[in-house]
Amino acid sequence: MTPLLEMRDISISFGGIKAVDHVTIDLRPGEVVGLLGHNGAGKSTLIKCLSGAYQADQGQILIEGRPVTIQNPRDARAFNIETIYQTLALSDNLDASANLFLGREMLTPLGFMDDARMEAETRRIMGRLNPNFRKFNVPVSALSGGQRQSVAIARAVYFNAKILIMDEPTAALGPHETQMVAELIQELKAQGLGIILIEHDIHNVMKLCDRASVMKNGQLVGTVKVDEVTDEEILAMIILGKKPVRA
Amino acid sequence: MSDATRRSLADTLELDKRLFGMIIAFAVLCLVFQFQTGGTFLSARNIFNISVQTVSVGIMATGMVFVIVSRNIDLSVGSVLATCSALMGMLQTQWLVPVTGLGTGTTLVVSILLGLGVGTAMGAATGWMVGYQRIPSFIVTLGGLLIWRNVAWYTTNGQSVALRDPRLLAFGGTEGVMGPEWSWVLGGLATLAAAAAVIAARRGKMRHGFLVKPVWAEGLLVAMIAGGILGFVALVNSYEIPVGKLKRMFEAQGMDVPEGYVAYHGLPISVLILVAVAVAMTVIARKTRLGRYIYAIGGNPDAAELSGINTRMMTVKIFALMGFLCGLAALVAQARLQSHGNDIGTLDELKVIAAAVIGGTALAGGVGTIYGALLGALVMQSLQSGMAMIGVDTPFQNIVVGGVLIIAVWIDIFYRKRMGERT
Ligand SMILES: Nc1ncnc2c1ncn2[C@@H]1O[C@H](COP(=O)(O)OP(=O)(O)O)[C@@H](O)[C@H]1O
Ligand SMILES: [Mg+2]
Repeated sequence: MTPLLEMRDISISFGGIKAVDHVTIDLRPGEVVGLLGHNGAGKSTLIKCLSGAYQADQGQILIEGRPVTIQNPRDARAFNIETIYQTLALSDNLDASANLFLGREMLTPLGFMDDARMEAETRRIMGRLNPNFRKFNVPVSALSGGQRQSVAIARAVYFNAKILIMDEPTAALGPHETQMVAELIQELKAQGLGIILIEHDIHNVMKLCDRASVMKNGQLVGTVKVDEVTDEEILAMIILGKKPVRA
Repeated sequence: MSDATRRSLADTLELDKRLFGMIIAFAVLCLVFQFQTGGTFLSARNIFNISVQTVSVGIMATGMVFVIVSRNIDLSVGSVLATCSALMGMLQTQWLVPVTGLGTGTTLVVSILLGLGVGTAMGAATGWMVGYQRIPSFIVTLGGLLIWRNVAWYTTNGQSVALRDPRLLAFGGTEGVMGPEWSWVLGGLATLAAAAAVIAARRGKMRHGFLVKPVWAEGLLVAMIAGGILGFVALVNSYEIPVGKLKRMFEAQGMDVPEGYVAYHGLPISVLILVAVAVAMTVIARKTRLGRYIYAIGGNPDAAELSGINTRMMTVKIFALMGFLCGLAALVAQARLQSHGNDIGTLDELKVIAAAVIGGTALAGGVGTIYGALLGALVMQSLQSGMAMIGVDTPFQNIVVGGVLIIAVWIDIFYRKRMGERT
């Protein structure tokens, strides 16, 4: 089966520092691939090459077997790649619905912003993702970490993504909200999305991911099937950069 | 009225509390001047004059809101205005004369269009340097402040250009008024339009089952808008055209002023232009993608870029719009002054920025309203006029205006801190 996504031999450096160094990963429909590694390993940089925030110096991206060029975030969106950034990338001064639809606003037949319809849609999807969410008419700067996170998630899942990138989606969340995100990931996976999940909590990785790709100092340590390895083996990959040896 | 009920009243009306405070401060200012001038400050004549004098700065202030909201600044607006004015002046009185004739409609229309076009192009060039070349807007427009001021000088060789075409002067204020009948018609239409907009917004909310204000609150809002519009119309309609000017108007037609004849000004055309600009800019800010993206960029430029917004192109558009508005302001300013002079628009950048900032535009970006900037422009102009009327000398007027700007921003910082907003 052709992978949904392949990133082949991707490299990118910033002023001499090789942030990502010849990394190859792939992703199948309905699969969750964990992208693991210490802070500064290059995980966010790698996925930003996919979301159009950065352009790789070297390497190839293939979607459903076809080579594509992603030069900016608009291109990525056109390929149904949606990203939840570690920084969330919300405009603090705008409300939830303006953020959710930013860059893809609904318009009236006359070409004006259809705020009422966008708010209704926002209420609908937030009702599903975070039923307690009420702050629809205030700037997102007034929201809690978890509420902001759910706005960012809503934005990524609203537009029928095929490939979903989640950069530490549970970092700012309490246990209850983390559980909600975990359930959402399983639901989206069942719908056939391919998900790249950057996650530090090894239990979440073992629970949610099918495979894990581990990075260290910009390089790929290796990719393993999660149910074929132990927690300790994955931690060894992250900390020591050592791929488990199998008979 | 207790503090609690006052707050809940403002809440029910969903009134911008900051605006509310500003209106009250403005009202107090007017009353002080009214008292100090022995009742002439709020006369029909003076209110007419202040509104006419506010137009050019007000037009530019609406554009400055977008510039500052998107985390930029434009220090060159006064100089861009001067260059546009110089160009329009020379086109009308010299350069176009051999082609389309002196004082013809074609000459005037072509001059105005070229002036607006060149203003837009100057703004776009600034935007390109800021957006695509990443030169800070402070530097680009500080350079522009010097460059365009002196390009204007060379355009006319340092000469003043007297402007006499009555159709041009009609853009200026006193020479271009609608008269009482048309003013009532326009005021009535504007009131109806405002009521229709309020009703349409309410219907839209109800259709999606959102909470709406009580009917009485909407009614009160419409009544306040209607009172404002119709009150202003009544006022300018009561301002008599002076006898001397009437005489000149009749003489121009080869007639004498009939015995006992009186005429009234009504709405100045320039104020109508400002209102049209303000409405258009408000619609852009709230109802179009362009406006949404300007605020998004101001809130978080990286997030805007990651959402697929072409932030560089947006910067070009924002400055181009600012340039266009400078061109329009140049037209109104030269028509009001009935000439183009070297010092036209001098220090306007300060007035325009002050108007936007006093009106609540946050220099950190992301926050600002068109109506706030207009109120800011009005406050600045009233302050200056009022001081002139009570005999404060010019240097001291400028000291006060500078001080007011700093204090207004200071109060604003306190206010936003208390509201937990960004400054
Ligand atoms: N825009 C940038 N400019 C310079 N260096 C960067 C930039 N983005 C990332 N880096 C560097 O690349 C390396 C990888 O960072 P990052 O991808 O954020 O790591 P991770 O997400 O795995 O914690 C770090 O050394 C970081 O300092
Ligand atoms: Mg990271």
